[in-house]
Amino acid sequence: MRADATEYELVSPGTLDGVLALLAEAPGMWTPMAGGTELMVQFGAGRLRARRLVNIFGLAELGGISVGAETIRIGAGVTYTELRQSPVIQAELPLLARAASWTGSIANQNRGTLGGNLVNGSPAADSPPALLAYEAEVVLVSRAGGERRVPYAAFHTGYKRTVLAAEELVLAVEVPRRQWTHGYLRKVGARQAQAISKVALGAVARCVEGRVEEARLGLASVAEAPFRCVATETALAGKRLGPELVEEARAALEGEIAPLDDIRSTARYRRQVAGNLLEEFLRQIMAAEGGMNDGA
Amino acid sequence: MTRLMMTVNGELRAVEAPPMTRLLDVLRLYLGLTGTKEGCGEGECGACSVIVNGLLVNSCLIPVGQVAGATICTVEGLGTPEQMHPIQASFLKHGGAQCGICTPGMMMAAVHLLEREPHPSLVQIQEALAGNLCRCTGYQKIFDAVRLAYAAGGEE
Ligand SMILES: Cc1cc2nc3c(=O)[nH]c(=O)nc-3n(C[C@H](O)[C@H](O)[C@H](O)COP(=O)(O)OP(=O)(O)OC[C@H]3O[C@@H](n4cnc5c(N)ncnc54)[C@H](O)[C@@H]3O)c2cc1C
Ligand code: FES
Ligand code: FES
Repeated sequence: MRADATEYELVSPGTLDGVLALLAEAPGMWTPMAGGTELMVQFGAGRLRARRLVNIFGLAELGGISVGAETIRIGAGVTYTELRQSPVIQAELPLLARAASWTGSIANQNRGTLGGNLVNGSPAADSPPALLAYEAEVVLVSRAGGERRVPYAAFHTGYKRTVLAAEELVLAVEVPRRQWTHGYLRKVGARQAQAISKVALGAVARCVEGRVEEARLGLASVAEAPFRCVATETALAGKRLGPELVEEARAALEGEIAPLDDIRSTARYRRQVAGNLLEEFLRQIMAAEGGMNDGA
Repeated sequence: MTRLMMTVNGELRAVEAPPMTRLLDVLRLYLGLTGTKEGCGEGECGACSVIVNGLLVNSCLIPVGQVAGATICTVEGLGTPEQMHPIQASFLKHGGAQCGICTPGMMMAAVHLLEREPHPSLVQIQEALAGNLCRCTGYQKIFDAVRLAYAAGGEE
């Protein structure tokens, strides 16, 4: 059944303070709407339960990408188009720029926001693997509590559940400016373009002289929420690159993920593919490092 | 009910509607601009594509309350039969439309691309139109129409 617009409210306070005041008045009563690319799909299908919506699209306080000495701050209202076109995101957070470039169509990218992607909390969403690998922090804000920070790896608490309180907004995402020597992002879906992921891996590593000093790995679609693979990161840290490490890392990864069977894929397939993606990343590093060592 | 103003195809228009009314419905039902089509109603097909403040969007996913004061361009704003926009002339010339349901959205996505890149490559065209589905043409003639819209005299 098509929704009836007269049964819904949508207000536009126009400032962050105005929105936060409304959210604080009666927590849970109002639902923020950013780009609407999740909420309006539900509305169109007559499935949108929230009846009172508060417009946050285009709020200045939620916009903009700024570069500090140690972090890059991305406003929660930044769209995929802004992300992929930003020179600093392209240069320093290329995995995020790439994820943005394959999130839906151009029309979707012009409207969908990073904050909306995170709060919607789909385990298959496209920005989480990159944000997990980059160790992003989420900045939340409420009228009473001001700002608080949560590591992005702790933001999701279950299937489509997050630590966000009813009176809070996501204000921004902050990413530390770290030097990684290698990066990787690949999504495996039913087809090349605009498909929901069956498995996706975002990964970064810093390697020196044939050794992995540190690695960070984020997977989509292998758990109830986007998942940072801490045990596998530990298994990689400080180890010499080589076929043995590939096997060790695969085993660590298979030990720490518990993918689900669902309409898009099976647990067995996801486990296998996640391992394959990790192996591909490590082999790419080995090929690159090998080339460097030959020249040394 | 909310009363709001927006500039549609260069004209200032007043609309009185519940703010959650989809922009698509405001254009078609309130303003009589039926060139913009509805296919899926869920952001997948691009038939409802319009340009809001210079950016391509799916009007089925935008509540009118979010576009108060905005500048909107629909297919009706591109040109007239006597004075066609180059993309319209090119669709006509290269057979880019069959049933025509996808055509207004295709042309809006094409215009959004051509404003940024007047001589796009095939890959750029494919990416720009990836959110616009067509069940008739097999896409090749649409790609030709876009590629040749600003070619000298519209020829190869
Ligand atoms: C055709 C189509 C294709 C898509 N393809 C992809 C894809 O390839 N990959 C992908 O990951 N996603 C995809 N999506 C999903 C969607 O576009 C993204 O999740 C997008 O980032 C959602 O952002 P939004 O601003 O539009 O969210 P909205 O619909 O505005 O909001 C989504 C949720 O987040 C909440 N919210 C939004 N902003 C904030 C904030 N700052 N603080 C607190 N809560 C907030 C809202 O209350 C709501 O619960 C697609 C959607 C469509 C319609
Ligand atoms: S009708 Fe809007 S995208 Fe299909
Ligand atoms: S011409 Fe019929 S859908 Fe494209």
